[in-house]
Amino acid sequence: MEKLVVKDLHKSYGSHEVLKGISLKAKAGDVISIIGSSGSGKSTFLRCINFLEKPNAGSISLGGEEITLQKNKQGELVPADHKQLQAMRAKLAMVFQHFNLWSHMTVLENVIEAPIHVLGLSRDEAIARAEKYLRKVGLDAQAQAKYPAHMSGGQQQRVAIARALAMEPEVMLFDEPTSALDPELVGEVLKVMQTLAEEGRTMVVVTHEMGFARNVSNHVMFLHQGRVEEEGHPDEVFGNTKSERLKAFLSGSLK
Amino acid sequence: MFLDGFGPIILDGAWVTLELAVMSLLVSFIIGLGGAGAKLSSNPVLKGIATLYTTLIRGVPDLVLMLLIFYSLQIGMNHLTEWQGMEQINLNPFVSGVFTLGFIYGAYFTETFRGAFLSVPKGQIEAGIAYGMSSWQTFSRIQFPQVMRFALPGISNNWQVMLKATALVSIIGLSDVVKASIDAGKSSYRVFFFTLVAGAIYLILTTVSSVVLMWLERRYSTGVREADL
Repeated sequence: MEKLVVKDLHKSYGSHEVLKGISLKAKAGDVISIIGSSGSGKSTFLRCINFLEKPNAGSISLGGEEITLQKNKQGELVPADHKQLQAMRAKLAMVFQHFNLWSHMTVLENVIEAPIHVLGLSRDEAIARAEKYLRKVGLDAQAQAKYPAHMSGGQQQRVAIARALAMEPEVMLFDEPTSALDPELVGEVLKVMQTLAEEGRTMVVVTHEMGFARNVSNHVMFLHQGRVEEEGHPDEVFGNTKSERLKAFLSGSLK
Repeated sequence: MFLDGFGPIILDGAWVTLELAVMSLLVSFIIGLGGAGAKLSSNPVLKGIATLYTTLIRGVPDLVLMLLIFYSLQIGMNHLTEWQGMEQINLNPFVSGVFTLGFIYGAYFTETFRGAFLSVPKGQIEAGIAYGMSSWQTFSRIQFPQVMRFALPGISNNWQVMLKATALVSIIGLSDVVKASIDAGKSSYRVFFFTLVAGAIYLILTTVSSVVLMWLERRYSTGVREADL
C-alpha cells in the first residue's frame, strides 16, 4: 500500500513558478532520493509535503488519508482542518539541514518533547523510547544530558534523527541532512540513514550525496527547474542516464 | 531614633516605590509582548498602531507624558461620569501611576521584545511546527524561553530605568520614597541628608534587583552560556 502520495504539486513565489507539477509515490519501505542542482526546487518540494511551504495546487495523502485543503487569500493551498494537519505532521518526522535542535533543551529533552506534548506519551514511556533511539544512532547515556551546542554537527544530526525516530513516523523526510556537515562527519550520519533504510523505514531524502542516492535508495528523482527531468531505479538513472541535463549534473558532482 | 523618627515614613515610601515599579513592570511586560507581536504581524493596521505608539512614547520625555497621561486620564473619567450622570470618580493615584508608567515603558519593552523575537532562529520554530505542535505549544515551549534569553539584558536595563523613573510619580501626589524624603527633609531642615537617604534606597533596590536579574539571565541561557566558554 502507498504510504505517501503527492500529486501534481505546484508552487509559485509571486510570478515565479518553482514547482511545475511534481508527483511522488512512496510505498512502505521505499527510500526515495531527490537530487538536483540548487534552485531546482527539491527542498521546496519536500517542505510542501508537510506544509512548511504552502503549495498552490496539488494534493497530498498520507496512509490513504487525503489532506483537506482550501485556498487562502494569496491563492495558496492551506489545510482546512488544523487538527488533521498537526496529526499528519506528527506522522511525517522531518530532519533538517541545520539540525534545528531546540537549543534550550538537552539531548534527552529534545527527543522526548514531541512524543510527550504531541503524541501524548507519559514521560517514562517517552524516555524509554528516547533511550532506545539514541542508542540506535550511536549516542551513549552520557550524551543525553548535553546541550546541542556542546556537540559536533554529526552528533547533532544524529540526535535530530533520534528525535524523528521517537515519533515512530510513517514517513521520514530528510532535507539535505549532510549538507551543513564537515566532510569528515558526513559518514557517521549516512551510516545511520543506511541502517534505517535497511530496516525498511520509508524515507524521502533530498540529498547531494550521490553515493547514498545510488547505493541506498530504491528510487531516484532528478529535479530540474521545478520539473522531474528523470526518475527511476538508481541502476537505471545512474547506469543508463537518458537526460542530457542529468548527465551534465552527474559529471559535475561525481568525481 | 531611627532616622530621627522619619524611618517608618521613608520605609513606607520605599515600599510604595517598589510596589509601583513591580506593578508597572508587569503592565509594561504585557504591553511589550503584545506590542512586539503587533509590530511583527502582517496586519498593517496593528503594525501601524504599534509603530505610532513606540515612536510617540519614546520620543517624548517621561515627565511630559506623565503629566499628560495622568491628567488626561482624570479628565477622561470626568467626561465619562458626567455623560453618564454619575458622581465624579477620583482616580486612585497609585493605580494611575502604575498605568502611566506601564504605558510609557511598554513602548521600550515592545522594542526589547521585538528584537528578541527576531533573534530566535526561524528553524527553532519550524522544528516545532514540523513535529505537529500547536501554535500555543510552539510559542510557550520553544519560542518564549528563547525570546526571554535574548530579551533579558534589555529587560534588566528597562527595569533599572523604570525603577528610577518611579520618582516622577511624586509630582502626581504619590508618597513614594522621594516624596517621603522631601517631607522628612523639610520638617527636619536636613534636606541634603534625607535626599542622600533616598538615593541610597534606590541604590539598594537596583543592586538587589541586578543580582536577581543576573540569576535569571543565567537560567534562561542554559545550553548556550556554557558552550561559549
